[in-house]
Amino acid sequence: MKSLLSLKKYFYRYKTKLLLGVLFILISNLGNVYLPLILKDSVNALQKRADYSQLIRYGELIALISLVSGVFLYLKRQTMIVASREIEYDLRQDFWQHIQKLSLRYFQNHSTGDIMAHATNDLNAVRTFVGPAVMYSVDTIVTLVLVLSIMLSLNVSLTIYSLLPLPLLSYLVYRLGGLIHIKFTRIQEKFSELTTKSQENFSGIRVIKSYVREENEIKEYKTLSHDYFNKNMDKVKIEALFQPVLFFVIGISLIVVIWIGGLKVINGTMDLGEILAFVVYLGLLIWPMIAVGWVVNLIQQASASMKRLNKMFEEDYEIQDNELTDHKIKEIKGKIEFKNVSFRYGENLPYVLRNISLEIPQGCTVAIIGHTGVGKTSFINLIPRLYDVTEGEVLIDGRNIKHMPLNILRKHIGIVPQETFLFSDTLANNITYGLSENKMEIVESVSEISQLKKDVESFPKGFETMLGERGITLSGGQKQRTCLARALAIDPNILILDDSFSAVDTHTEEEILKRLKAYMKDRTSIIISHRISTVKDADKIFVLDKGVIAEQGTHDELVQKQGIYADLHYKQLLEKELEELN
Amino acid sequence: MSQDYKTDDEILGKAYDAKLMKRLMGYIRPYRKYVILAIVLNVVVAALGPLRPVLTKIAIDENIKGKDYHGLMITVLALLGSLLLQALIQYFLTYYTNYMGQKIIYDIRVKLFSHVESLALKYFDKTPIGRIVTRVTNDVESLNELFSSGIVMVFSDIFIIVWIFVFMFLMDWKLSFVTLSVLPVLIYGTFLFRKKVRDSYRDVRFHLARLNSYMQEHVTGMNVVQIFGKETDELKRFASINDDYKQVNIKSIFYYAVFYPSVEFLSSFAIALIVWYGGGEIVQGKLSIGVLFAFTQFTEMFFRPIRDLSEKYNILQTAMASSERIFKLFDTDIIIKEPEKPMELKEVKGEIEFKNVWFAYNDNDYVLKNINFDIHPGQTVAIVGATGAGKTSLINILTRFYDINKGEILLDGVDIRNFSKKELRKYISIVLQDVFLFSGTIKSNINLNNSEISEAQIMEASRSVGAHRFIKALPEKYDEVVKEKGATLSVGQKQLLSFARALAYDPQILILDEATSSVDTETEILIQRAIQKLLVGRTAIVIAHRLSTIQNADKILVMHKGELREMGTHQELLAKRGIYYKLYQLQYKDQEVTKSA
Repeated sequence: MKSLLSLKKYFYRYKTKLLLGVLFILISNLGNVYLPLILKDSVNALQKRADYSQLIRYGELIALISLVSGVFLYLKRQTMIVASREIEYDLRQDFWQHIQKLSLRYFQNHSTGDIMAHATNDLNAVRTFVGPAVMYSVDTIVTLVLVLSIMLSLNVSLTIYSLLPLPLLSYLVYRLGGLIHIKFTRIQEKFSELTTKSQENFSGIRVIKSYVREENEIKEYKTLSHDYFNKNMDKVKIEALFQPVLFFVIGISLIVVIWIGGLKVINGTMDLGEILAFVVYLGLLIWPMIAVGWVVNLIQQASASMKRLNKMFEEDYEIQDNELTDHKIKEIKGKIEFKNVSFRYGENLPYVLRNISLEIPQGCTVAIIGHTGVGKTSFINLIPRLYDVTEGEVLIDGRNIKHMPLNILRKHIGIVPQETFLFSDTLANNITYGLSENKMEIVESVSEISQLKKDVESFPKGFETMLGERGITLSGGQKQRTCLARALAIDPNILILDDSFSAVDTHTEEEILKRLKAYMKDRTSIIISHRISTVKDADKIFVLDKGVIAEQGTHDELVQKQGIYADLHYKQLLEKELEELN
Repeated sequence: MSQDYKTDDEILGKAYDAKLMKRLMGYIRPYRKYVILAIVLNVVVAALGPLRPVLTKIAIDENIKGKDYHGLMITVLALLGSLLLQALIQYFLTYYTNYMGQKIIYDIRVKLFSHVESLALKYFDKTPIGRIVTRVTNDVESLNELFSSGIVMVFSDIFIIVWIFVFMFLMDWKLSFVTLSVLPVLIYGTFLFRKKVRDSYRDVRFHLARLNSYMQEHVTGMNVVQIFGKETDELKRFASINDDYKQVNIKSIFYYAVFYPSVEFLSSFAIALIVWYGGGEIVQGKLSIGVLFAFTQFTEMFFRPIRDLSEKYNILQTAMASSERIFKLFDTDIIIKEPEKPMELKEVKGEIEFKNVWFAYNDNDYVLKNINFDIHPGQTVAIVGATGAGKTSLINILTRFYDINKGEILLDGVDIRNFSKKELRKYISIVLQDVFLFSGTIKSNINLNNSEISEAQIMEASRSVGAHRFIKALPEKYDEVVKEKGATLSVGQKQLLSFARALAYDPQILILDEATSSVDTETEILIQRAIQKLLVGRTAIVIAHRLSTIQNADKILVMHKGELREMGTHQELLAKRGIYYKLYQLQYKDQEVTKSA
């Protein structure tokens, strides 16, 4: 429950709408409770053989009051529920703003699915609390107070008798609602088992077919489906109770009114009109009593969700500007220096990089080569501060990068990450992602360098082609070249290519490298690759092995050394020979 | 492909399609007796609700006015009885129809799953696994409502309305007409509301999907957002998407805000009419007060069945869309044909011959060109070649995962297309490079739940391949649960498990696709030993990545760009100084160095 207190500021922001909502609930309910009184009077009048014009007046009054109450009923939803949507919007906006500031580490440690669950299920549970739960709570209280006081003023003992079953109604809704929620969770668990089973079966279909296990798998699937069936029926058993039990309890109240009320009328201590009024009042009380049980469940679920959301909101940003940041720095040039840098992903994890020191002069092109998993990507992630070093320091232009405004640092570094990620947007928008506006000349020129232009010319819509789910799927090489264009478009002083040509054929790669060389003349670039052909022209090559720099030098020097680099070189020559063989 | 997927999932066609409905009804047939019973019960239970206002009228007009204590008691008991009976039947009916619906869903799901299991690999190659999973789970699930509440409850709603009419008209037909004058507005309003809500719900869903896919995409690509320092711009974009979602929601609030008060107003209006007209009649002595009571209760009973009926449209529409996709999958028949009269495989010697074999996955794009070779029983043959040379295709066609385009493959001199796939695969086992582990226990991953393979045999096989030692060290030993495709096991351990699996099945012919991933020396020695154990006493074809394997092979086939280019023993081929020689330098020579070191 406490967790929901963090919603205070949102409620406060929309206090006018919410207070108006409360007022509207009050007015519409006043109308509602007045109607039965008129009914009572008209029945009583009828018994006394009233005149016709009075009946017309009663009829008109009923119609008029219900019209007024209807209008305020409309206004109630338009204020309270609308406010809940506004709060939902604000909450989601805050959620997103927070998410964006979290460091890469958070996204490595939390699956997209988990984060999405917060953004959908948890936010939704909270929204249901803010909207319907709050509205019905107010509604229930107002209705209860009004109806009860009128009923009591009409007839105390009949009120008590007829209301006796209603608390049971709230309790049953609360209990059954809770049980159904639990059963529903069980069903979902089974359902996801069923999904996993199919997923596994269809991915492992080769093994199943090789060992002729189809029939057995079907048998198991049947068992699982049957479990699922049973879990569903468990819920049905309770859910099926819901309506009959509700109707039964409500019905009992009505019967009590007719029976006890009837006796009172016969005895002459009550008039017939009051029975009718009671019947209608009971009708007015049913929904609020149901709502009590329902709302309690909603609040429980919302507070659990809010707890999870609060935990997420408390998550530390880790990498951000702080008091050490020197905001006078407006630009970086590109001299990079690593001083005794060590790095690991967590306190209990082994070091990925150990005591690395190196210097990359401005305007230089260096290459990093090495087998998979030796720490190449970890190394370059330190430069734009996607992660911070564990020990040592990284300097750019002689200044510790931790003292630079994060935005300035990143704006001047163009990175082509290993995992090519493009947005479901047009090609042009993807390329100019880092720019504030969409300039066609830039798109054209960087696509020329990254050799994307020829491919794009074959697309009917050219650079306006949509990518992703609702558009075309680019080949691996095209994706890499688009990512390169995107990095070049921001006109970076430092360019980092993380294995960015792995899916590009060697001929195209050569063309790109040739053009890049001219473009990068005064800029610093770091190229990571598995391929000798990509790195051989670099000013300096570092061979990374098991977290340390194992070899360094130019291509010719390293080939001479007969070490890791020379071995790689020899093998790639052989591969090429085989490839060309017909 | 992805575009095709989308359109397929976005089918939201008509609410009724006779052809689809007929096929769906086919699944109800086994339960038709129960359906009829349910409908009959529905007719009965539908009468009990509207009966109560009638009893109320009796209580007022006859018992209370006549000061008849005893009569009032009986009427109240009758009310109680009808209430109880209604509750009981209602419970039974709800349970029952759901039971039926779930049963039908179960039938469809199992049948669909069995169908998918029978499809050829070709189907799995070209269909995203996620899509097939959606068909057998979610799509089937969305038929639930149609079978469990849709079909039977339509009758219930209709009969409730019919009964109300009957009772009203029996009491007073003129007052009935007056009261029912609001009905056309109510029906029109309800259906209009349904339509509006349906449209706006579609908008809400569209914008929610947009919001979710934006978040999904940007959480996945958060590093790109941060690298380019686009947080502020992205927050603005997010705000606009978030706002669109808010606006459509507020719009849908409007419909609800108008609809519910309108319904209340209509029922109050009906009551006003009753007071005005009925009251006049009462004054003239033509009508009793009890009738007035009864009619005010009737007016509250209309709304629910009408609203429920209007919802049935949605249920139908969803069901039609899902069933269309489901039936499309049922109608897919990409299967490897079984021979009409399959030959029996009794004793397999293990002689294999490829005769002018040509094979393509797609039409004329041959990945295997005119392959000829033979393997004698008990021989070990190694296949080597660069990536894309056609090694995997060669083993794919041997167990008829795919059928060849030209030529023939003979097993003991008979074309393999004469045997049933089941029979054939019983004698040929494949050990794949990517070890696939199922969720279950270590045990069930070795015998694949084949009860014919005893526990003793499982252990024997594990011992032979050297897996027994690490399995014994697990907390639950052979009953240890394998989590998330074996995430807790090492690469080497997984391989040993798959060897144990193959050995437990003890096939005449073994196909082995050696894994390339590097393991530590100790495991490597274990694996090499295990492989030797596996190959003894059977015909074996190995896609070899180990020096030891090619050195021990009786024959090496050198594949290059879909052709069989060289064939012979290790020494013969080395002497040739051809493709094999280069491959050896590239892939195998290092292992010699590490070995001697």
